[in-house]
Amino acid sequence: MAENQRILVCAGTGCASSGALPIIDILNDEIKRQGLEETVTVVGTGCQGFCEKGPTLVIEPQQILYTRVTGEDVAEIVSQELVKGERVERLLLVDQATQKPVSSMADIRFFSKQHRIVLHNCGVIDPKKIEDYTARDGYKGIEKALKGMSPEEVMEEVKKSGLRGRGGAGFPTGVKWGFCRSTPSDKKYIICNADEGDPGAFMDRSVLEGDPHSVIEGMLIGAYAIGADEGYVYCRAEYPLAIKNLGIAIKQAKEAGYLGDNILGSGFNFHLKIFEGAGAFVCGEETALMASIEGKRGMPRVRPPFPAVSGLWGKPTNINNVETWSNIPHILRNGADWYSQFGTEKSKGTKIFALTGKVNNTGLVEVPMGTTLREIIFDIGDGIQGGKKFKAVQIGGPSGGCLPEDMLDLAVDYDTLTQAGAMVGSGGLVIMDETTCMVDIARYFLNFSKKESCGKCTPCREGTTRMYEILDRITKGEGKEEDLDTLENLAITIKETSLCGLGQFAPSPILATLKYFRHEYLAHIHDHKCPAHNCTALLSYSIDTEKCKMCSLCAKNCPTNCISGDKKTNTPYVIDVENCIKCGTCMDKCKFGAVSRA
Amino acid sequence: MEWLTLTIDGREVSVPKGTTVLDACRMNNIPIPTLCHAPELTSAGACRLCVVQIEGMRNLPPSCVTQVAQGMKVETQNPKVRNARKTILELLVANHPLDCMTCQKMGDCSLAEYAYDYGVTGTVYQGEKRCLPIDDGNPFILRDPNKCILCGKCIKACTEIQGKSILDFSFRGFDTQVGPAFNLPYNESDCDFCGSCVSVCPVGALTEKQMAGKGRPWEVSKVQTTCPFCGVGCNFDLNVKDGKVIGVTSNPEVPVNGKALCVKGRFGMDMIYSDNRITTPLIRKNGELVPAEWDEALDLVATKLGEIKKTYGPNSIAALSSAHCTNEENYLMQKFMRAVIGTNNVDHCART
Repeated sequence: MAENQRILVCAGTGCASSGALPIIDILNDEIKRQGLEETVTVVGTGCQGFCEKGPTLVIEPQQILYTRVTGEDVAEIVSQELVKGERVERLLLVDQATQKPVSSMADIRFFSKQHRIVLHNCGVIDPKKIEDYTARDGYKGIEKALKGMSPEEVMEEVKKSGLRGRGGAGFPTGVKWGFCRSTPSDKKYIICNADEGDPGAFMDRSVLEGDPHSVIEGMLIGAYAIGADEGYVYCRAEYPLAIKNLGIAIKQAKEAGYLGDNILGSGFNFHLKIFEGAGAFVCGEETALMASIEGKRGMPRVRPPFPAVSGLWGKPTNINNVETWSNIPHILRNGADWYSQFGTEKSKGTKIFALTGKVNNTGLVEVPMGTTLREIIFDIGDGIQGGKKFKAVQIGGPSGGCLPEDMLDLAVDYDTLTQAGAMVGSGGLVIMDETTCMVDIARYFLNFSKKESCGKCTPCREGTTRMYEILDRITKGEGKEEDLDTLENLAITIKETSLCGLGQFAPSPILATLKYFRHEYLAHIHDHKCPAHNCTALLSYSIDTEKCKMCSLCAKNCPTNCISGDKKTNTPYVIDVENCIKCGTCMDKCKFGAVSRA
Repeated sequence: MEWLTLTIDGREVSVPKGTTVLDACRMNNIPIPTLCHAPELTSAGACRLCVVQIEGMRNLPPSCVTQVAQGMKVETQNPKVRNARKTILELLVANHPLDCMTCQKMGDCSLAEYAYDYGVTGTVYQGEKRCLPIDDGNPFILRDPNKCILCGKCIKACTEIQGKSILDFSFRGFDTQVGPAFNLPYNESDCDFCGSCVSVCPVGALTEKQMAGKGRPWEVSKVQTTCPFCGVGCNFDLNVKDGKVIGVTSNPEVPVNGKALCVKGRFGMDMIYSDNRITTPLIRKNGELVPAEWDEALDLVATKLGEIKKTYGPNSIAALSSAHCTNEENYLMQKFMRAVIGTNNVDHCART
């Protein structure tokens, strides 16, 4: 083919861990072997979003998506797709609704229903090359600001855009900047909060990995508006690729004159450093984060004073998260009016969600605020795995809540989710089907919160452990009816009296599940049954002698040898309930459906 | 000074600008329970026991770190606030040894006092309890981390009163502990044993070892006195039971030192009953120290000093004074040397 083509290989953490990196080398070798190096370029990009189907690669300009590619597939892709222009069908995505393979990204609902602003470059450019970023209007935002706008005008533009903090709380970004800007001081700092810690959330990591310059540019614009000359990106050390790519980007930005003194000849100075966090979830809380940078134990402190008045090293400081900063260049480049056309009345722009759980398409998705949960789960997510029934969606990580099926038409924005008992949070979206026990889910998140509590304030330190213990007892069938009142009282007290957001929102998974799935709690307590057949202690296995063919497969595979029977003597197989550890192996192994679980 | 008016439990009161809600309440004799607050330390707002309800504010803010604003409407005793405090106390008690009968702190324990006030039973939350080793390796302070409610006052006292910063939190969440770096026992750390930590501990986690088993707070009378160890003039309370000094506690009301004391002042008073104390003057006769009357001893000193001065001159005599003496005593010492003996040869044990 004469036309120049690019092969975009996802080299984000997700695809790298499923083997994407060697594919780049193999592709380059194969392209050379088949003499295509003049017309085909291979690019290692950041996250393309379709993590569960990784490693993924996209052929440009046709926008053909290949999924679950291995090194062995490379030769076929090159000779078939690049030379003949024909698809390698077995590597294409299968649409769950039509059960047919789809090749073009425009036809794949996972992509076609998204609207990518923050992820504009993610999975498209080589994050290690500043020229890839500038070729797609990178650093045009800061240039526009420095060359023709006053800091006040920049701040007003951000205010006007309606952008709200993407870290979870949803505070209007421009207003927050204004607080810091109006505090008189000889020194101000800005910080990028990249201490993303919610289980299952990885949007900030992906942005830093795949488009680090957008974060730098956003921070430059913010620093100019606020009057800060120094910034930190506080990134958890568990994100080595993000730290590496951001480090490269900072170096390149310095060399290109976007960072340092007298940026673009404007007299504006800005220096940016990376600070690696040591892995405490609570360091995502802004005062704990600053304490950590200062070398202190990462514990939140009471506010006021707010960071905008007394922040890092006692100086006025503005903190925004990765996704917030990454929105800023787009607002400056295209204007507030352009930005505010997306979203709902009070929540503007788009939001990235990490779609995980029992859904067909999992990965990173960016949708306009106001998109319904149903669209995200059933269109972009392509429905529930294995045709099972949807039960709930967990939004906002350990601080969020679970919403049931009748809330699926809720338009996702800050205010509607909070009203419903969940929260946008950082954007984790875990889909649960009928096999998920809601008590167990609450227990899972409480286990997380209790481990991550810093221990400073009493309600969070002691209370999360007690809530976990009560939930644990209920999942073991040892719960009492009054446990629910105790749990509710404790949850409300912890919510209302904890020092920081971690404690204040740690009870949310309990309060939301008690609100929407109280019947599941009661089934555990009264009937000693787990309706989802998930809580091991409440399960019992039995063999239907009618269906049992006495093949002995169950007995042979039982790890505790608690199944006995004999075909020769026509003794039907039975499970010794006393010694059964309820692992379910017998049920999995039985070919005749004779083992049942209750 | 600017004054602000607020309403507390329906009562209108005025306080100076900058006052916290807690102080506003206490100025007006409205009781608020606190565990992590101490007037002489910066506030952490950590125990959350002092929460109140304030109209227009989200959640229940802690009164110790919330500043009064004009027109504020505060409720300190409504059912919601009392329930929150009770729940917090139940949580603390659920992870606290209930060996109050033998606890040295009994009768002076803030946790016990509030638990009683709020009708805490200690039976609501049954679960894991800490089981940590007791730090018993030094002669002064008994540290029982299982009784610690992690209010953090000892940490602040060590840093803000003594300036040593020996203590801090370690571990996280339910496993949080307070102690010296690397979890060392006190005697292996850089601790001075000033005991400031003990003086602020609201529970029995830090107690004076010397007083263990020697008396209950209600049996002890406190006698304020000046420390005899040096000339700083620190005041403290001698704890006296049955006419005997059983120990020392610092008194936040005293003007010189407040709660601060050094190891000698706080833990050195057992010298009162030491067998090694000299109770009469001693004169060396034939190489042996023999008890003597004051008149005889003073005569001897005066005669000898007079002879030396006459024979060798005043500069042949020098005086070394003690930090144990008061400033006034030390003043008299140098005055005597300069005016009576006629020399400037004066020095002091603490000078170097």
